[in-house]
Amino acid sequence: MKVGVVTFPGSLDDADAARAVRLAGGEAVALWHGEPDLKGVDAVVLPGGFSYGDYLRCGAISRFAPVMTEVVAAAGRGMPVLGICNGFQILCESHLLPGALTRNDHQRFVCRDQRVRIENTRTPWTSSYADNAEVTIVLKNGEGGYVADESTLERLEGEGRVVARYLDVNPNGSLHDIAGISNERGNVVGVMPHPEHAVEDLTGAGTDGLAFFTGLVALGVVTG
Amino acid sequence: MARYVVDVMPKREILDPQGKAVLGALPRLGFEGISDVRQGKRFEIDLDGDTDDQRLAEVRRMAETLLANPVIEYYTVTAQEPEE
Repeated sequence: MKVGVVTFPGSLDDADAARAVRLAGGEAVALWHGEPDLKGVDAVVLPGGFSYGDYLRCGAISRFAPVMTEVVAAAGRGMPVLGICNGFQILCESHLLPGALTRNDHQRFVCRDQRVRIENTRTPWTSSYADNAEVTIVLKNGEGGYVADESTLERLEGEGRVVARYLDVNPNGSLHDIAGISNERGNVVGVMPHPEHAVEDLTGAGTDGLAFFTGLVALGVVTG
Repeated sequence: MARYVVDVMPKREILDPQGKAVLGALPRLGFEGISDVRQGKRFEIDLDGDTDDQRLAEVRRMAETLLANPVIEYYTVTAQEPEE
């Protein structure tokens, strides 16, 4: 299983995401924002960070990077795509996922070990979690408040597309305590917490995030 | 030269933490009677030639595709005489 990890100018967590893929038994392939080439990968991760300095809006400029044309096309063919934090913001700006991420309601950057419930295990990224698994995954964001209009929220809830929901505290003002969602088909997932930072006991809060990557690799999905 | 001004504002129903921070700061400076503050962005876009309907439509497309995110923001476009 070849998993591409895109590096944008300002990406921070591309190395950690590639490492998580390797720890899960996959082959990590570095993809460059400026090249419209997915190099034959089976899945793509858009990592966290501050691509293009978060200028204009988080993810607004990355959306038009040459590689994103290919990511959007491949996502349309069913390729698994995971956006983490800034990657989630890019997926929303690209209209691969509905809604938007806005500045945390308390206006401060948040960095904590966050408990979340994995509510949708039908996506390729969450298929190895138990239903409604409660896990701890690192969260760090300044603009992580998920917003969408009422009808979009109703659809997401009604179709079971809330992938992860915050437990204990809502760390950023996200509507419905939403920490992550999927597209209709389920192949595109965006999450605010960072599963790639929760893959080894040596660093961070346990290994609850590793299943995002082991689950994907286990599927051995091969798509366009 | 044609100059267009694009104002981008957070939608009313979207929480605007930055505007709220400013709203909280102003009374501390002695300004009174302020009921609300919203914070947005202003773009000044200069184009070759004169303002006309076609250029206005083009600037609107810029606003829709890049300058504003219609999920959370609205925009207005106005033509402006460039100062010189």
